Amino acid sequence: MTLLLAAEVPNRLVRLSPIDIVIVIFYFALVLSIGWYLRGRANTGEDFFMAGREMTAWVAGLSFLSANLGALELMGWAGSAYQYGILATHWYWIGAIPAMLFLALVMMPFYYISKTHSVPGYLKLRFGESSRALSAVSFAFMTVLMSGVNMFAMAKVMQIVLGWDINFSIWVSSVTVAIYVTLGGLRSAIFNEVLQFFLIWAGALLIPILGLYEAGGWTNLKVLITQRASEQYIHMWSGLGSFSNNPMGINWVGIVFGLGAVISMGYWTTDFLVVQRILAAKDIRSAEMAPIIGAGFKMFVPIIVILPGLLGLAVLPEKLVPESVAVATGGHSYNDVLPLMLARYCGPGLLGLGVTALIAGFMSGMAGNVSAFTTVWTYDIYRPFINRTGSDHHYVNMGRWTTVIGVLISVGTAYLVMQFASIMDYVQALFSFFIAPLFGTVVLGMLWKRATGAGGFWGLLCGTLSSIGMWAWVKIDPSALRYVALSPHAKGLAQDMFQALWSFVVCVIVTVTVSLATKPMADGQLIGLVYGLTKVPSVGDVPLYQKPLFWAAIVTVVFFVLNIIFW
Amino acid sequence: MVSIWFFIGISLAVNGALILGAGIYQLVIPPADPGVVLFHLHANVWWGAALLAIGLVYSFKFAPKRQS
Repeated sequence: MTLLLAAEVPNRLVRLSPIDIVIVIFYFALVLSIGWYLRGRANTGEDFFMAGREMTAWVAGLSFLSANLGALELMGWAGSAYQYGILATHWYWIGAIPAMLFLALVMMPFYYISKTHSVPGYLKLRFGESSRALSAVSFAFMTVLMSGVNMFAMAKVMQIVLGWDINFSIWVSSVTVAIYVTLGGLRSAIFNEVLQFFLIWAGALLIPILGLYEAGGWTNLKVLITQRASEQYIHMWSGLGSFSNNPMGINWVGIVFGLGAVISMGYWTTDFLVVQRILAAKDIRSAEMAPIIGAGFKMFVPIIVILPGLLGLAVLPEKLVPESVAVATGGHSYNDVLPLMLARYCGPGLLGLGVTALIAGFMSGMAGNVSAFTTVWTYDIYRPFINRTGSDHHYVNMGRWTTVIGVLISVGTAYLVMQFASIMDYVQALFSFFIAPLFGTVVLGMLWKRATGAGGFWGLLCGTLSSIGMWAWVKIDPSALRYVALSPHAKGLAQDMFQALWSFVVCVIVTVTVSLATKPMADGQLIGLVYGLTKVPSVGDVPLYQKPLFWAAIVTVVFFVLNIIFW
Repeated sequence: MVSIWFFIGISLAVNGALILGAGIYQLVIPPADPGVVLFHLHANVWWGAALLAIGLVYSFKFAPKRQS
């Protein structure tokens, strides 16, 4: 065990003391215990795949946020903050808050009232089987590959940070996830995600607290950053007037319309990994409140992600470099900033908790992907296309077996990525192809009753193909980015934003055109699925502070205030 | 059913106790080379105590016997 755990990897970032290892082992024991405890409450399809649809707003909301708050993201965005400055915060504010509120107030009623079990399930009800099939197959494929990518990334991080053997990390984490999701289904995944949320804050919050103390406060931190990098590193909006005026090479159009209006909307409102957590809410009010609770906490996540990256820029003695340079020179890359800050401030015990938070982040990401894959495979591919007449018990068994097989496919993907690192980029690109067009299809389906089945399918397909086309064009000819992003000064990140924007536009245009050219669907087919034909239950005569709209307004005000403060 | 908040309470309490224990040990027997910046703040003592306190509150408030 010692040899497996503490392989002599040169330059490993931290060394765990015995107390740290006890903390890590306790975490594994706890998640397995939770899975074991919940095994008796996952024997029906509703329980196994939808957690009984009895989650409170707080549990659903924290799980919704936590499913996205993986360790790869924590480390990656801390690294981006080191590399680009406070601009990275956009992915937590305009790149999330409006979308989460839109989901809560506009889309959730339709998802919830339709009683669908998944986003592809909603597409089937609204547009028919062809749209469901396209969405389900692409989602199932992507999500299980993403699980494998996350698994490999975790193993790699554990190797670099702790010196753990890669195979050990892959197999211990995958077997643990397989056990607790197979036993307890979605409820087990959700419980562990809420646990992970608390562990992440408990493990990571000390870094900005001690870091600000060392840096001499926020004002002095800004001075240090300006000296070591540039003044543009501490402004969120003032440098976005042109591509060449900020470290990221983006502009406000890309941020507002590409990131804020399309990418974030696409992800937060249609990615089944996160939406599934809200669908498990116990009633419509909880389903509306959950994303608002998630949005409230999301606004403060930069404290434990972006701020450590900025602090690293100010206080770390060595300069961090891009990954390729780090590998060539033996230095540390941008993505190492969070573990380096952890090692800087956290002694025995605290280090163990910080590492546990990272492990928890990776594992809940895997569990989330696997549980979403299992639901979509069983209900949106297996049941409608392979076996329509199985019993509920049969589908639950299918769900359990799919969980195991999904984990094995993820393990296979992790080993494939180990051999061909560029696969990670391809899987992430794959993800980006579907998100924006799917948002276009779903939102038109919910808000425009004239959208027809054919319109929905062709819009989704054409939007996706246009996204693939733009990606391939820039891949073959990098200078093509100037056309996609409409500027010769645009840099890499601008591609994601403008690719999403144009593919969304293509999806909408095709959906509208084909819908208008095809026979409208009868009102009777659309009840409960679209605006104008859906009776949304009122929250009732409750005090203002119990109304979702009130809290959405509070979150909106705080969102604007924060953006102004950090202008 | 045992509430998720009880499990969270247990997690925070146990982790808090372990961290606090490590912190007190280092306070009583300071290491020759602490290996961390700002060691003199003894963060593991007060952070461990805070986690333990929060964990105990959650564990007690959401204990299965109290819930039933």
